[in-house]
Amino acid sequence: MYELAVIGGGPAGLAAAYSAYTNGVKKIVILERDKELGGILNQCIHNGFGLHRFKEELSGPEYAHRFIDMLKDTSVEVRLDTMVIDITPEKKIYTDNPSGYDVIEAESIVLAMGCRERTRGAISIPGTRPSGVFTAGAAQRYLNMEGLMAGSRVVILGSGDIGLIMARRLTLEGAKVLACVELMPYSGGLTRNIVQCLHDFDIPLYLSHTVTEVRGDKRLTGVTVAKVDENRRPIPGTEMDFDCDTLLLSVGLIPENELTRAAGIEMDPRTNGAYVFENMETSIPGVFACGNAVHVHDLVDFVSDESSRAGVAAAAYIKGEKHGGDAIPFKNGSCVTYTVPQKLHKNTTAEKTDVFFRVNKVFSKSRIVVSDENGVIASFNRPFMAPGEMQHIIIPTNKLKGSESITISAEEATQQ
Amino acid sequence: MYDVSIIGCGIIGSAIAYELSKYKLSTVIIEKENDVAMGATRANSAIIHAGYDPLPGTLMAKLNVRGNALCKELCEKLAVPYAQIGSLVLAFSDEEVDTLNELYDRGVKNGVPGMKILSYDEAKAIEPNIADNVKAALYAPSAGIVNPWEFALALAETAVRNGTEIMFNSPVESVNKKDGYYEIVCGDKTVTSKYVVNAAGVGALAIRDMVLPHSYDSLPSKGEYYLLDKSEGDRVSHVIFQCPTASGKGVLIAPTVHGNLIVGPNSVSCEEGDTSTSADDLAFVRNSALKSVPSTNFRANIRNFAGVRPNTSSNDYVIDCDDGFFEAAAIKSPGLASAPAIAEYVVDMMKQNGVELIEKDSFIDTRKHVRFKELSHEEREKIVKEDPLFGRVICRCETVTEGEIVEAIKAPITPYTVDGIKRRCGAGLGRCQSGFCGPRVLEILSRELGLPPEKIEKDKTGSYIVKKRRT
Repeated sequence: MYELAVIGGGPAGLAAAYSAYTNGVKKIVILERDKELGGILNQCIHNGFGLHRFKEELSGPEYAHRFIDMLKDTSVEVRLDTMVIDITPEKKIYTDNPSGYDVIEAESIVLAMGCRERTRGAISIPGTRPSGVFTAGAAQRYLNMEGLMAGSRVVILGSGDIGLIMARRLTLEGAKVLACVELMPYSGGLTRNIVQCLHDFDIPLYLSHTVTEVRGDKRLTGVTVAKVDENRRPIPGTEMDFDCDTLLLSVGLIPENELTRAAGIEMDPRTNGAYVFENMETSIPGVFACGNAVHVHDLVDFVSDESSRAGVAAAAYIKGEKHGGDAIPFKNGSCVTYTVPQKLHKNTTAEKTDVFFRVNKVFSKSRIVVSDENGVIASFNRPFMAPGEMQHIIIPTNKLKGSESITISAEEATQQ
Repeated sequence: MYDVSIIGCGIIGSAIAYELSKYKLSTVIIEKENDVAMGATRANSAIIHAGYDPLPGTLMAKLNVRGNALCKELCEKLAVPYAQIGSLVLAFSDEEVDTLNELYDRGVKNGVPGMKILSYDEAKAIEPNIADNVKAALYAPSAGIVNPWEFALALAETAVRNGTEIMFNSPVESVNKKDGYYEIVCGDKTVTSKYVVNAAGVGALAIRDMVLPHSYDSLPSKGEYYLLDKSEGDRVSHVIFQCPTASGKGVLIAPTVHGNLIVGPNSVSCEEGDTSTSADDLAFVRNSALKSVPSTNFRANIRNFAGVRPNTSSNDYVIDCDDGFFEAAAIKSPGLASAPAIAEYVVDMMKQNGVELIEKDSFIDTRKHVRFKELSHEEREKIVKEDPLFGRVICRCETVTEGEIVEAIKAPITPYTVDGIKRRCGAGLGRCQSGFCGPRVLEILSRELGLPPEKIEKDKTGSYIVKKRRT
């Protein structure tokens, strides 16, 4: 019997395990499906990780190793090459590993499975089905882990960060990246990546465009790209053909939650992650969730912060601090697509509440407004907001405790 | 010299090979692609039709109904995923209710067991998500769903276990009648055999024209589909059809044996071998399906695909023979359901036409397929102890272990491609569409086959996945 089982040994799981340990939990196990800890960070060999957390620019593996090193001299047990097959509401965990199929019991669980990439099917790109169509992360794994190139003439659909990073990486490896094509009128990635990965290499970015046809019987031979109207429908007559052998898809990430759903944990259709309280607890008391399994983050630093909070909360739970009872829901106001947490325990002892969310359009000078049935509770000015950049506000918890529900909204700052 | 060469290793060629492997014959299957089931068999509705559609008196009617029963038996015997879930044909107007009655009468004449015409209330009671404007439905309990690739593979594999040979990557260029035998030229190879069976699917007419006078025309067409995530898998629990029209049985909605929901097909004329999808065609499929089951959630789509159809100007299957050249051609829908009965029929025809068929003393007629996902906790514990490779899950979405993949590679018909593994084990079939397991499957294939990664292909020959990084 473990005090805490952490599902996933990527950045979220590592930070949660470490903070639970430093908060007094000793019997911890991390269950990781890969042959090493670090998760997707291991294939992210570019720099830019850790600016917030460590005030340094690290590569993905370096960032992971900061945490792996911190765990070295602890009692935290790591089981690698171990896939969790099933979790029950009673916190039994069925695992598969070459040394045995096993059942683990734990007082508390942290779900830190990360996310997966949206695929061609999710966006129904018409055409043939040749080889050479990859999700950007799969191409990244081939290149950075196996030393294999996805191809030599590349079009990238979607301007998510992995796609942008791969545009640069493939160019540096000698491929010709012909275009990055984005359906929306704005990029889905961080501004710094647009500049450093596209502009610096003269790779054209086509906003409000999409891939309308995939060609090739065996290997990809080309794609057609067209401009889209305001309803995101291709405009006839705007087609451009690209001769390419590779199409990378960077069209979004989806929290990985098969285990969560199978365990009967309440899910939020807006995030595709579990509903969580301010302490990252899910609808099953003692089961916490953090990182990209809850909502997709822009920066690993934020994943670590959120997961540390989950680890602290799991430690408190194991020590006997139980929540439950009434909760105050957070609601989407105008231009807000989701919030994390989705609920606040009324009996929480936390002094401040961190709220994360995304907006659905690009704002310049703008304002975030927190309100309840009685009016505005707090507001925050922002010089710039975009869907590609997660927003974070901190609200003193005592300001929220009297509310029936709390609404987060975003607006242009015209009044000021 | 072989006794028999079978051209084509789709469901028909495989079923005939299986049937012939019961007899003391030397048989070779000649397949143009690099795996079993690469044509019409790989991309269809995966339905074992009950048999009320074909006109009474046709070969199609007779072989569909007989085949339906045989499929069930064979799938059980050869460990092929199959479920007899029954089908409903929905009628939305009084004219369509007339069509249901006509189908019912045809079904009775064809010998389809257990059919019933259901009222709206009765249909809604067993299938709650059908549209509110349904007037009535034809229920056929013998309809089923199957994994068509594995069905063909299981039949071909059993034939191989019983001595049949297979040649892949061997497109037939000519079939020449010699003195008492045939000479088949396929690429750099030449095969001679006493008898030839043409089971080449969409390519069957081209083969026929090499031997016999031209007598019917190919009308190549395709059908496009959606495959929805398992979250939609229980949207319906029967195969849901609409009333058939001149162009086919129309858009259906059905659960798959893997737990997904399949929606399609349309029917579009195309160039032979075209399996592309188009946005307009998919929109048609989507809108047609929503008429039957309005709550179908197409946002759960994980894959679109199109399948080739061996349609011809002949309304019925063309199964005949001429001087040692046997033909099972124009096998359009319900060809999958008919396949085992077509095989029986062809073998019987061979017997009638002088092929000496002596039963083997021993015939291997079982097949095992371990599916880790379907094992109990105790069984999983045991198998991992016996073979640690079952302790490593490669495909998270479908819970497929390395043990299963290595077993598939070591089976009598070796898969050389990532899609070959997908068809055999289900790895990559799920919601992440091989984003996670693709590189791992490639690595296992490369290791087990002793081939460098850049030689491992996705699907057809020429569909390489990665290139060597420049050094």
